[in-house]
Amino acid sequence: MEPILQVKNLTHTYSLGTPFERSAVKNMSFDIQEGEFLGIIGHTGSGKSTLIQHLNGLLKPTEGQILLHGKDIWSEPKKIREVRFRVGLVFQYPEYQLFEETVYKDIAFGPTNQGKSGAELDHCVREAARLVGIRDDQLDKSPFELSGGQKRRVALAGVLAMEPEILVLDEPTAGLDPAGRENLMANIRHYHENKRRTIVLVSHSMDEIAQNVDRILVLKRGGVLMSGTPSEVFARAEELLSAGLDVPQITRIAMALKRRGLEIDPAVYTVEALERQINALRKGGAAC
Amino acid sequence: MLKDITLGQYFPGNTVAHRLDPRTKILLVVLYIVALFCAKSWGGYATMAVTLAVCVKISKVGLKSLVRGLKPVLFIIIFTGVLNLFFTPDDHYLVEWGVIHISQAGLVRAFFMVLRIMLLIMGTFLMTYTTSPIRLTDGLESLLGPLKKAHVPVHELAMMMSIALRFIPTLIEETDKIMSAQKARGADFESGGIVQKAKALIPVLVPLFISAFRRADELATAMECRCYHGGEGRTKLHVLRYAARDYVALAGGVLICGFVLVLRQFGL
Ligand SMILES: Nc1ncnc2c1ncn2[C@@H]1O[C@H](COP(=O)(O)OP(=O)(O)OP(=O)(O)O)[C@@H](O)[C@H]1O
Ligand SMILES: [Mg+2]
Repeated sequence: MEPILQVKNLTHTYSLGTPFERSAVKNMSFDIQEGEFLGIIGHTGSGKSTLIQHLNGLLKPTEGQILLHGKDIWSEPKKIREVRFRVGLVFQYPEYQLFEETVYKDIAFGPTNQGKSGAELDHCVREAARLVGIRDDQLDKSPFELSGGQKRRVALAGVLAMEPEILVLDEPTAGLDPAGRENLMANIRHYHENKRRTIVLVSHSMDEIAQNVDRILVLKRGGVLMSGTPSEVFARAEELLSAGLDVPQITRIAMALKRRGLEIDPAVYTVEALERQINALRKGGAAC
Repeated sequence: MLKDITLGQYFPGNTVAHRLDPRTKILLVVLYIVALFCAKSWGGYATMAVTLAVCVKISKVGLKSLVRGLKPVLFIIIFTGVLNLFFTPDDHYLVEWGVIHISQAGLVRAFFMVLRIMLLIMGTFLMTYTTSPIRLTDGLESLLGPLKKAHVPVHELAMMMSIALRFIPTLIEETDKIMSAQKARGADFESGGIVQKAKALIPVLVPLFISAFRRADELATAMECRCYHGGEGRTKLHVLRYAARDYVALAGGVLICGFVLVLRQFGL
């Protein structure tokens, strides 16, 4: 099957041709499959935000291409807005982009730009609000009366309402409390499961990535360090740690147990999987 | 993008021009402007041009960046030139073509006016290129100090200026970010007429203002937490002190200004 989005030899250099020149992304290539939940992780400054702003054409590649359904998104620069509707990007701290008088109007900004109106618009807005857990009575409030976490949901709904084929999220849970974080991730997971849409999630939290995504892309200094399913990536936990990245808590426990001499495969990242291994080990031990 | 706009336009360096006390530089610029407006003929203008050239050489600021500073006022320069060229009355004209009359006096006058504006702008820019905005405000505050007696809030004005300068890059960055976020929701800032373009800015301006107010609030709290209570009894980390080079520079400035005045007396 053809990938929905392909990144080919992407390079991005900020302030090209000045003394402040700086390559944030270097010769990066990878594919995103339709319906996939892809996680991107990397150190501060590894180029995550720069990379994802290329996916919907906010930044133009210095070199390389972005192919959406096999077609270069910059082949017709006039139609780049089309691409932005199809690849929905939610920025870091998106609550600072709210501007309308009511939550409803703010969510409707994107779909209105798409040219939707009337019943179709209303449907999009209400559906998006429902997906992120905004109640109907909150739709008529001013977005500035809401709490930080609720504002973020409104901003997320503003992008979901455009019904993008691919949803790209830049650290959607940064700065939320643990409950708010889990709640928001649950909304995103539901969206993925029900709509079967492609999602790209950028995050700093290994646990969050491990629990949600199908595939992980690890970035380091503007390049791809690793890519694979969570168990493939966490099997190389030592490498991750030496690259200065974190591993999920469960993986760390498994690694510590292994160091103490237990025969445990450290490439686990869920409580259940580790529990299974330990139980199996116990039974084996009893048999001896 | 927006980031490339240089405001404050400071080129860090370590030349004598950079190390001069900001007050000296401000005074020198004042002298320079006085001399420039006193210069009347070839001798005077030549002196000013040479003075500027020497200063540029000392400061190691490339001539290119200085000339680039002229770009925003290019229109005014051309306008002045054309106005003087065509509308200087004289007894006889070199060119007479319809309503266009060009006299020799007009030619000379246009040349001098254009030269004056260019020297004026390049001279003041040289100061901002070699002085960081913070030092410049410090210098202004100190020079205007005597006005405090007349109840002019000099310290407050200087503080406002430094805060404004400090936040310009931040606000530009913020504008960039908000514009990107709205573009991601399909906002279109390029097409449409003037009314449509102005309307398209609302989604940027509202969040920008909100964040500016939030920042101002936070800054006020932070300043209060550090017991800021105005200029009364406040000491400086970097105390401004005149050094020998400042006296030399000032003496040089006065001499040149005097020389230009003498030239004017003799009509040279
Ligand atoms: N607008 C810009 N102009 C110049 N350099 C930039 C710009 N934006 C980012 N950079 C540089 O590019 C590099 C990558 O930045 P980027 O924001 O993509 O990192 P990131 O992985 O998203 O980091 P974080 O986890 O902190 O969000 C950084 O070194 C940064 O200094
Ligand atoms: Mg980032």
